[in-house]
Parts: sequence; structure tokens; C-alpha cells
Amino acid sequence: MPPNDPDAEHVMSGDKAAISRALNLVEDRRAVSQSRVAALLAALQRAPLAASGHRVGLTGPPGVGKSTLTAALARSLRQHGRTIGVIAVDPSSIRSGDSLLGDRARMSFDPSDAGLFVRSLATAGEVGGLAYAANSAVRVLAAAYDIVVIETTGVGQSEIDIVHVADTVVLVIQPGSGDVLQFLKAGIMEIPDILVVNKADHEQLARRAVADLQGALRTAHAAGATGVHDGGWQTPVLATSATGATGIEALIAAIDEHRAHLEATLADRRRHGEVRWALELFSRKHGEHGVSTLGGEGALEARAEESLGGDETPLSLCERLSQEYLTTLGSTPTRKT
Amino acid sequence: MAEDGRRQRDKPWIMRTYAGHSTAAASNELYRTNLAKGQTGLSVAFDLPTQTGYDADDPAARGEVGKVGVPVSHIGHMRALFEGLPLDQMNTSMTINATAVWLLSLYVAVAEEHGADPQVLRGTTQNDIIKEYLSRGTYIFPPAASMRLTTDLITYTVENVPKWNPINICSYHLQEAGATPTQELAYALVTAIGVLDAVKATGRIPESEFGKVVGRMSFFVNAGIRFIEEMCKMRAFVELWDRVTRDRYGVTDPKQRRFRYGIQVNSLGLTEQQPENNIIRIVLEMLAVTLSKDARARAIQLPAWNEALGLPRPWDQQWSLRAQQILAYETDLLEYADLFQGSEVVEAQTQQLVDSAWEEVEEVLKRGGAVAAVESGYIKQRLVESNAERLRAIENGEQIVVGVNKYVEGAPSPLIENLDEAILTVDAEVDAQQREELGRWKRDRDPAKVEAALEELRRVARSNENTMLASIAAAHAGVTTGEWANALREVWGEYRAPTGVSGATVKTPAAGTSAETIKRLRRRMDELEARMGRRPKLLVGKPGLDGHSNGAEQIAIKARDVGFDVVYEGIRVSPEQIVASALEEGVHLIGLSILSGSHLELVPDVVSRLRAAGLGDVPIVAGGIIPEADAEQLRREGIAAVYTPKDFELDNIMSDLIDLVDRQHAAE
Repeated sequence: MPPNDPDAEHVMSGDKAAISRALNLVEDRRAVSQSRVAALLAALQRAPLAASGHRVGLTGPPGVGKSTLTAALARSLRQHGRTIGVIAVDPSSIRSGDSLLGDRARMSFDPSDAGLFVRSLATAGEVGGLAYAANSAVRVLAAAYDIVVIETTGVGQSEIDIVHVADTVVLVIQPGSGDVLQFLKAGIMEIPDILVVNKADHEQLARRAVADLQGALRTAHAAGATGVHDGGWQTPVLATSATGATGIEALIAAIDEHRAHLEATLADRRRHGEVRWALELFSRKHGEHGVSTLGGEGALEARAEESLGGDETPLSLCERLSQEYLTTLGSTPTRKT
Repeated sequence: MAEDGRRQRDKPWIMRTYAGHSTAAASNELYRTNLAKGQTGLSVAFDLPTQTGYDADDPAARGEVGKVGVPVSHIGHMRALFEGLPLDQMNTSMTINATAVWLLSLYVAVAEEHGADPQVLRGTTQNDIIKEYLSRGTYIFPPAASMRLTTDLITYTVENVPKWNPINICSYHLQEAGATPTQELAYALVTAIGVLDAVKATGRIPESEFGKVVGRMSFFVNAGIRFIEEMCKMRAFVELWDRVTRDRYGVTDPKQRRFRYGIQVNSLGLTEQQPENNIIRIVLEMLAVTLSKDARARAIQLPAWNEALGLPRPWDQQWSLRAQQILAYETDLLEYADLFQGSEVVEAQTQQLVDSAWEEVEEVLKRGGAVAAVESGYIKQRLVESNAERLRAIENGEQIVVGVNKYVEGAPSPLIENLDEAILTVDAEVDAQQREELGRWKRDRDPAKVEAALEELRRVARSNENTMLASIAAAHAGVTTGEWANALREVWGEYRAPTGVSGATVKTPAAGTSAETIKRLRRRMDELEARMGRRPKLLVGKPGLDGHSNGAEQIAIKARDVGFDVVYEGIRVSPEQIVASALEEGVHLIGLSILSGSHLELVPDVVSRLRAAGLGDVPIVAGGIIPEADAEQLRREGIAAVYTPKDFELDNIMSDLIDLVDRQHAAE
């Protein structure tokens, strides 16, 4: 690794400057940087926390109070003495002028707290709702913090990528989110691991919303819908009020319970997520033709299953497959800047 | 006509000057001088720590003590502020919101000490928290708790201080935040409706007495340079308020339905270039709220000609007061009935505003009312958009501003020959003096009494009882502003309002030079990103207690528009937080916005903390009301560029920012 590169040991020890440099590096899209990214991520893979920690995806439609909920979650976790890293993903393209990395505005936190780290990532036009570097950024924070929360905006199919990155997917809605109910019932969306009704300040409204969701879950199950993750998990429905800080402890308990439920299958699940992520990246870059040239989806998936997990990361695998594809095409890879 | 053949003159409006700085004693002296000059009411400007519930010794108050107003931390300060001014004869307006219950409690406590009957006290507490979330930024607590304080004050005064105006619903700051006349009307009205509904919901006022509450509602309005339309806006206000009080609250007494308002004319349109022109703008804007008798202001305070340069001196404020006196006493304005009754032109314009405003009122009510539309960011977003549109129109010359984008050549103004002396500077010692004085105050009082008063306040805050009585008792016990606010923070927590920036959409012209410029800037950004490997990231920070966020917001959305990744965290972010965010977010550039005059304390503080965090290389730019001598000093201390209100061309600023990132990258 060049001397200027962030040191994995420092990242693991929670040195914020090193963590920030590591995030800068994984966001770097230049071809020349990719080997450094791969080396860093491989080193971080060996962090004790990388295996024992928990990656939680918090997703839901705009305006349901995800940022405030994340902040409340962070405060509670810190009070329990657990450390937390947050990746706040901007919902849409900077270029279309739709959004801005404003999430921090809703989080009021102690700047001297070494156990809390917040980074926002712009999606810059990525389809699928997650930023290019999100998977790598999660790996960086997972090496340093007990819990990593990835906060994204979306509902239905747009947030599907979060499943590849998070161990536990929490879907946040507010009372009266009728479209979510319909999506669930119609089986358009997969069932999240935890459902949260936020802004439940009105007890009666909240109770009804929780009951509606439980009903929708039953309908969805009856119609044969599957969970984002399976394995006999019963999706709990919780009510929270991030501003009133109620229901936060119950949410933490549910998150922990899901983590315990995953224990045996976690490694497999994470590898599967990375396989999907790598293939997604590759097919976004080279399309159908790329996939079929290299033997089709099945073959690629098998190769990915085999190679990911050690020093190979979704990004480096995607890069290798790209080169192979371009070589097959008979052209040498042009140096992309 | 009167018997001697002269026309009967109407009584003039109350004339005030928004004033206060440094210490209570210094401000008291200023008030006496102003009254001697013929001012007929007082308007107290509090400093930002007092407005946001901090004592001078709190780290958050750093650099802000005595800057934009007077610090009032305890009953001793309130005594000194009104030393020799008989409270039972004064008409005192206090620009105070989140801590309004507390400052009124101190005022009532001092009146009690003087033996004055609260029944005779006259004056106004601004007490409008909604517009603080939207524009002015001195809120503390979440909306529900804030509305509870608002209603506590109203229900207390209606019974105990019946001549007091417990609230000034402010459309003023909405215009300062960019509101169009329609928006100003609509959002002020939904705020008033939100407050009255909340008062009703307390159940403390019997149905038969509710008209009294409605009758005490007053407004604080703005008037801009399009003074005919502004006058029509005032007439529209009268009509709409009559409608709301009659139809929604069933008030039958026309006196209780009257639209009563005070005014400060527009500061947003005052220019740093050729600042002497501002006095003309101020006079024209005053006409908007005086010409029409049926919609004339009850009280007027005018800004000073040099407000875009820094804090006005007593002479500058006197000049504005003289403008009021000449209009009221020299001209024949007050001798006539309403001049515009029956004017088809005025009536048509008024009706157009009535209709468009009512439509927007209904839109907000449909969204759950003012509080809900604050929490969801709906209103804030509309305001940010309007302001962006206003700036765009000035930048491309559609809206003419003399001396700024047209007729810019001219002889140098003798008024600003010596620029540094053309504004007021607050003694840098004030901060330390106040801290020391506060220490003495805390040593000399009875700690058991203080603790008991605070405990009672916390208990009341948790209950449904009125916080006023516990606050007045706390005032007598020697409790400080910071202690009062902290006790309530413990119970209710603090709030951070939506910035309105994330959802705001900017109208980008499809063609023309401005479209070309943006295209060029975006191309440069793409090229820079390709070289750097990631998109340039800008942190926009507002350190200190100043809540005027227009500048920061407009820079944030413009920067996003040309392609920066922008992190904007809202107002009142400490230097420590700014440095933490810069570190965690991995930013390439930092922009700081400060309008309270505390730039010489706050900017170097951020710089030294960045260096300590190993981020000394990240370029910083600063913006605000920053006098040239201060700008010079900041540049010497390493600030890459300083922007002031005269830098209205955002495209040029963006080009500078891209240069800075580029140069820094090349140096690495």
C-alpha cells in the first residue's frame, strides 16, 4: 500500500481521521485506485468487528422521519456503550437537483464522541438506490463500529440493493402509508426483517397502523410472499416516535434479536449479498451482452460464490470480470479516469 | 374640520427604534437618548444568547454576547435596562420568542418590584415561534413544547396583563426569507390560526371570553420596495383577518376583529453598494404602511441605511426616526380619510392577493396546519424556492436594483469615506465583563431558593399548568436565562428544524448566458471529479447562534446545482461540530456563514480546530455582514475568500469555489 493510504489498523482502532481517509479512498472511482481499495478492504475483512458486528439497513419513503429515528437509535446505542457508524445515502441524483446531503441537520450529536461516525454518500444517479461505494463504505465502518446503520430512501423495488448490504432490513413508514400496505399485500415488495411505524405520537392512530400492517403481512404470507431474508423469522411490527424517543429500546431489542437469529447463517448471507452486488455492478456496467459473453448469469454467480470472501471484494471482482469481458471483445481496456 | 378651520389630524403611529447592545446599562442610556429624540415607544433587541436560552458563560454563547442586542440573564439586568424608565408609562416591544415567557416574567417581576400594577403594563412580546423555525432560527424546543409556551404566555396576559400584546405574528421574517406577498399573507394567517387553535385547545379560556384572545392578536409585518403592491397586501391582510376571526372563531365584536400591526420595513433589499440609496428605499417602503388609513400600521420601526454594512450607530437610527417624524408631523398625510377607497386599481390588486393567499392558506390547512407544515418542511421549502427565484432575477438583471445590477457607476459616497467608522463596533471586552458579572450574581444569591424555583419549573413543565407563574417566581429567586432554558431542555429536549434545502428545486434557465454559465461550471466539475476520483464535496456551516440562514441555504442549493456534493447541517452548529463533520464527511472545501457580527471570534476558532484535527489544508471561505477591515484580517488568517451582500452573483462565487478545490488538489 502506498504510504499515504489509510492504515487498516488505525481504522480498526476507531481513528476517525483514518476512517475518513479510508472512506475517501473507497469512493475514489479512478481505475488506478482500485488495487489500493481492494488491498484496504481485504485488510479490513480481518477486523474482529467485521465478523461480530451488525449491519442494519434503515429504509422507507421520504418524510417518515428516518434521519430522526437514526439519531434516536444512535443516542440509545451510545448510552448502552455500543459504538455506531452511520452511512446516510442521498436518495437521488445530485445532478438532477433533487436532493442534498442534509441528513446531518436532523442529527444532533456530541462532536467529541469517538463512538459515533456519520458519513453521507451521494448516489450520483445510480439506479437501485444505493451509492456505488456503499458496499465498500459499509465494510470500512463495520471494521470500526459495533453497529453500522445504512440509511436509504425508497420503497418497493428501488431499495432492493440494501438487502445485499445489510444483515437486517428495517422498513420505516408512518401512519397512513397506504401505498406500502398495498405493495406488501400485492407481493410487489419483499417483506422486511422489521417493520416500524414511526411518528406514532398519536396512540390510537399508531395502534391502527400497526394492526393494518400485521394484517397486510398475513395477506402477503398467505399469497406466498417471501421475506428479504428467510429462515423462519417472524417480522415484528413496532411503533416508534423518534421525536418523543419512545419505542427505541424495543427497536434495538428487535434488531438484536434478528442478529441472534442470523448467527448461524450470517456468513453465507453476507457472501450471497456480495455476489449479488458484484453481479449487479457488472451488469450495470456491461449490460446483458456482458453477462452473456462471460457465460450467463448462472456461471457468473458460481464464479462469484467461489472467489468472494477472501481478498476479493465485489468491486475488485467486477473490475476483473470487466477486464476479461473487454479482452474477450478483443479490445484492451482503455484507462478510465 | 376642526373649529379653527384646520383639519383634524389622526394620532400618529408609535415610533420605535429596534435597539440594544453591549450591556443593560449601555442600552438603558441608548433608550433614554432615543426617547429624548422624540421616539414614542421602546423596542428591545436582545442578544442571541438571551434569545436562545444561554448565559454569557455558556460555550455556545462564545462571540455572541452583546452583539446584536442586549444580554439579559437575570432580574438584575432587567432592572438596569429600565432604570429610570417608569414601566407603567412605557410601551415596550420585546423581540423575544423561544424565551418570551422568561423575559416577560423578568419584566413583570421588575414591575412588581416597582409597585406597578401588571394591569397597566403595555407592550408586546413577539412570541411567534413558527417563523423562528422557518426563518429567524432562535427556536429551542420541539414545536409542541414551543406552542405550549406560546399559549401559556397568551392565556396568562389575557387575564393578568390585559393591555399587553402577547404575540406578534410575524410575516416580517417570512419576507426576509424570500416570501412573495401571497406567501407572506398566507403563512402569517396559518400561523395565527395555529396559535388560536392551540389556545382554544388549552381549555383555559371560556368560550364567551375567546373574543378577548382574538382581540389581543397582533401582527408584525414587512414592506418591500414594490410599495403599491405592499400597500395592497396590507389591505388584503385587513380583509382576510376579518374573514378568519368572523368565520373560524365566530367573533362578533368588530373591534376584536381589527387587524392590528406593527412594521419594520424591508432589510433584505438594502444594499451594500451605494448604501446612501437605502434611506430612499426605507422612506418609500414606509409609505406602503402609512398611506392607506384603513390599513395603517400602529407602530413603525425603520432599519438604518447602513445595515448591510454592519451594526447601525445611534446617528444612523436617528436618521430613520427623523424620516418617520417628518412624514407624521410635517406632511398632511394624517389629515385625510383613506385615500384609496373606491380605487378600482387598488381594489383589483388587493382582491388578487386575497384570493391567492386564501388558496395557499387552504393548502396549508389541508396539510395539517402551520405546525405540521413546519415539521414536514413544506413551508420552508416554498420559501427557499422563492428566495432562489428572487436572487436569480437580480443576478440576470430581470429585477433592477439601482447601484447593484444597474447604474453602478457613480461618485464615491462621502458617507462611507471612512468605512470602519460608518458602523457601530461592540467593545470586545463585553463578553468577559458579562461572564465575570454573572459569576458574581450566582455567588450572591440564595442557591436553595434557586434550586427550589427550578425544581418547581420542571414540575410545572411536566404538568399542564401555566409556566408563567413558576417563571415569575424564578425571576424573583435570581434564576438566570440559561438556567431557566436548561431546566426546560431537560424536560422537553431540543429541536432541529428541517432546512428546506434538500427538497427545494431551483429553476435553471434552459437557454441564455446564465444557462451557458451553469453548463460551463458543470463541465468543470465533471472534469475535476475525473481527476480527483470523487466528486468535490462542500460543507456549508453556520457556526454561532445566528439563525439567518438565507445565505447558507442559497449557497447550498446553488452549489448542488452546479454539481458539488453538499453537506448542510442547518443553523447553530458549534465550531466543534463543524470540524467533526468536515472530518467524518471528507470534504474538500468549507463555507462558513455568519451574520451576527461574531465572525472574528468564530471563524478563527474553526480554523484552529481544523488545524488541530489535521485538516489545515481544507480551504475555507466565509460569508456574511463582514466589514472590509475584518475581511482583511480573516484573509490574513488564512480564509481563502470573504463574501458580503454585494457579492450577489452566485455563479461567480461557484466559479471561485471550483478554483479553490482545483488548486488544492493540484497542490496535493
